[in-house]
Amino acid sequence: MSIDLSQFFEVFFEESFEGLDAMEAELLNLVPGEEDSETINTIFRAAHSIKGGSGTFGFDSVAEFTHVLETLLDEVREGKRVLTTELVNLLLKSVDCLRAMLSSLQAEQTPDLSESTELKKQFEKILELDDTPSTQADPVTSSAAEVNTYQIDFKPHHHLFKTGNEPLYMISELAELGDLEIIAFHNEIPDITDISVDDCFLSWRFFLNTDKSEKAISEVFEWVEDDADITITMCGGLFSDESDDAADETAAEPAIAPAETSTVVVAEHAKSKTNAVNKTPAPAAESTSIRVGIDKVDSLINMVGELVITQAMLSQLGEQEVTEATLTSLQEGLAQLAHNTRDLQENVMRIRMLPISFVFSRFPRLVRDISQKLNKQVELKLIGEQTELDKTVMEKISDPMVHLVRNSLDHGLETVDQRIASGKDPIGTVTLNAFHQGGNIVIEIMDDGQGLNTQKIKQKAISNGLINESDELSDNEVNELIFMPGFSTADEVSDLSGRGVGMDVVRRNIQSLNGSVEVSSAPGIGSTFTIRLPLTLAILDGQLVKVAQHTYIIPLISIVESLQIDITKVSRVGKDLDVLRLRDDYIPILRLYKIFNHQNAIETLDKTLLVVVESDNQKVGLLVDDLLSQQQVVIKSLEANYQKVDGVSGATILGDGRVSLIVDISGLIKLSGLRKPGSQELIVESQASLEAS
Amino acid sequence: MKRILAVDDSASMRQMVGFTLKKAGFDVTEAKDGSEALNIAKQQGFDAVISDVNMPVMDGITLIRELRTLPNYKFTPLLMLTTESGMDKKVEGKAAGATGWIVKPFNPEQLLAVLKKVIR
Amino acid sequence: MSALSSELDNKLVLENVQGVKQFLTFIMADEEYGVDILTVQEIRSWEDITQIPNAPDYVKGVINLRGTIVPIIDLRLRFGLASIAYNALTVVIVVKVEFAQQSKIMGMAVDAVSDVYSIMEQDAKVVPSFTESDNSEFVAGLVNVGEKMVALLDLKKAMDI
Repeated sequence: MSIDLSQFFEVFFEESFEGLDAMEAELLNLVPGEEDSETINTIFRAAHSIKGGSGTFGFDSVAEFTHVLETLLDEVREGKRVLTTELVNLLLKSVDCLRAMLSSLQAEQTPDLSESTELKKQFEKILELDDTPSTQADPVTSSAAEVNTYQIDFKPHHHLFKTGNEPLYMISELAELGDLEIIAFHNEIPDITDISVDDCFLSWRFFLNTDKSEKAISEVFEWVEDDADITITMCGGLFSDESDDAADETAAEPAIAPAETSTVVVAEHAKSKTNAVNKTPAPAAESTSIRVGIDKVDSLINMVGELVITQAMLSQLGEQEVTEATLTSLQEGLAQLAHNTRDLQENVMRIRMLPISFVFSRFPRLVRDISQKLNKQVELKLIGEQTELDKTVMEKISDPMVHLVRNSLDHGLETVDQRIASGKDPIGTVTLNAFHQGGNIVIEIMDDGQGLNTQKIKQKAISNGLINESDELSDNEVNELIFMPGFSTADEVSDLSGRGVGMDVVRRNIQSLNGSVEVSSAPGIGSTFTIRLPLTLAILDGQLVKVAQHTYIIPLISIVESLQIDITKVSRVGKDLDVLRLRDDYIPILRLYKIFNHQNAIETLDKTLLVVVESDNQKVGLLVDDLLSQQQVVIKSLEANYQKVDGVSGATILGDGRVSLIVDISGLIKLSGLRKPGSQELIVESQASLEAS
Repeated sequence: MKRILAVDDSASMRQMVGFTLKKAGFDVTEAKDGSEALNIAKQQGFDAVISDVNMPVMDGITLIRELRTLPNYKFTPLLMLTTESGMDKKVEGKAAGATGWIVKPFNPEQLLAVLKKVIR
Repeated sequence: MSALSSELDNKLVLENVQGVKQFLTFIMADEEYGVDILTVQEIRSWEDITQIPNAPDYVKGVINLRGTIVPIIDLRLRFGLASIAYNALTVVIVVKVEFAQQSKIMGMAVDAVSDVYSIMEQDAKVVPSFTESDNSEFVAGLVNVGEKMVALLDLKKAMDI
């Protein structure tokens, strides 16, 4: 039988990565000298499983590396070795190294072994091993080509059956090695009245004519070495009369009684060749998989069950004559169908939802490494790890979060001395908090550091030409400046942050997920970055609006309010920008028909409606002809068959089958020419000019 | 059809063992740790049990010891999957009532060859 | 039945081997153009369409093709020909275009569908470079079918918008 092992690779990689994550988490939790045995066991088991799997599936480089790792962990587990901080660091490095190796293997590339070789050397030095013993089990050697005859005496102890072993199978196995002559001794069988049926009273003497080695024979009895008396003696060439003498010589076994009760059986040379199983090479497993809790699958099955019932009910109705009564039932049935469909949709979406702990889990390590580097003391708090969000969103939010956390550690938190000097706890705290709010997930990254230095930010922005010295900005507006392209306050470009990739990239990445990021800060108390993201990228709550004859969709999440324009509060700024004074805000009015270049729209302000939307902390009003309904829409890509369209984030299909485009607010603001930072100045300017008049 | 209970906390090993045995014509039930295996074993009968040693919740040695005390598993072949570095485990396993062991790494052919020692 | 179909398969394979390709032809401004029939997904009548803001004039908009958003290109405008009002004969030929990175499903609005021809590939002549015509860059070759001349479309170029 031949089995294509590659079909198990994907599962192996998946569980190995999980094992490494667990190993890393335990290592980070571990306080050297105070480790408990379960922690060590978990770490050991992870290494052990990876070793076992990689050996089995032929990833020898991984197997060899994990072998030393396992040996070392085994010593720790047995209490023979103390886990020091250096050792923990070394083990953490090994986790990274294994991750890299497995990733290359998963991508069907040859892993770079330089690091693992180096680490292996270090481990071997610790273990005082000069040579790693080969991890391979010796192959069964069939070196002895010459045919020998062996006499084998096999006397099982009475309890043999209770070990689950079966002498009959061993005899068959022996028979497969060559020509076998068998003598069974049953003289020890007690009287029927005294017999204990669980025990073995038989013993055997075999003469085996084989070209296999003695080792191959002893392997047959490997499992019962301690449960039987076994002697194997070579007695020269073919079966001969001398064999009896040979037996006498080895009569150290008094139990074997070659008495008159012996029976001679010549076993047939059992030939059992397994049929060659025709194999179909399994196609490479899908590289992207998702693990789904069984409860989610069960609830889906339930819902599909309900759907089937509704469908059956409806089709039965369809066969009946149309009467008032059937019509009512039909309506009820359709309502039921709508309900079922919505439930099903929500639950299918839930399949893609994973707890944010998948992202959070990488931070303990990151914080540990960075705080060591910066010589700061940091405690990381994780809150709301079970908060779920879409797998795709999760994959994309990880990098921006890393950036923000690095930033908090590097710029936000003070050094121990600084903290003591300002009367704070020497240990700084970074908190990651996730929770659901409306249809969104909110992720907060909080630190109790020094807060944003508004003075420094302002100066930097002035020197970079982002703002004018005369501009009067609120603290909030100043803080907003850090999200501008090319902005970095680090006096020196440090290793950790401020490498040119700035907060503007963070914001852009989050916005590309239809999300937003904001900062709030208090001097000396700390700062909080708040990321808001839709739970899924596939569905959006939308407000349908009419612009000329066209229907557009505005994401409900970005709508602040919709109103009729009071033209007395509108003033013209610059060439052609109208600004509405709304309470304390000045809202630039964007004429959607103009930006989208549509004809035949209503152009007079008092006959139209204004949808006030917010993006990047900036409010603008979108001029539309009419508000239509609100509905949940499934987002479809325009780029799949066409290309990116400015001001449009995607498309959807409405109930009547028509395509409708979804407005991308921040793209629209860009498209309108109300670009940042220009917009900021513009609004401030308009405010100033309005107040002067 | 002979029934085998395969116990391993590693999903890939479990799948590999399960798949190999199924292809060889066995009826295979899988369990992910000793405790789960013990519960299953108490409810159904098996012709052989193949278990990993290092597992969370309940390890393989404990599983074998527990199984051996059950009347239905008095004579049942109980095999452990072990690594060469776990030679002392073999002794421990034998003492707990294990029939034999299969040394990791092994390939499907080796697994079936070894299995022939106890179940045919 | 199965014998028949396998015979048909053989025939098709043979035709392929001999370099015979089937082309769907359509009419635009009294000229006949052809596209490889294997790229054609379906032929639809002209339907209501959703405009894309600020798109080039030859991109008429997008339609819903069983849940997929498909752009429709007015081939007359794309070729720089005078546009005409869409009428009952106006059809949209939905094709699958294999670009380097990905394949896209796109629709071409043309005056009318004409015929299906089997054409030996080597019979197609390369478009003479001295042609003054605006659309020669979108034509992969010319071929004579009886009395007529058919311009074989270079889909990748014509639909690269």
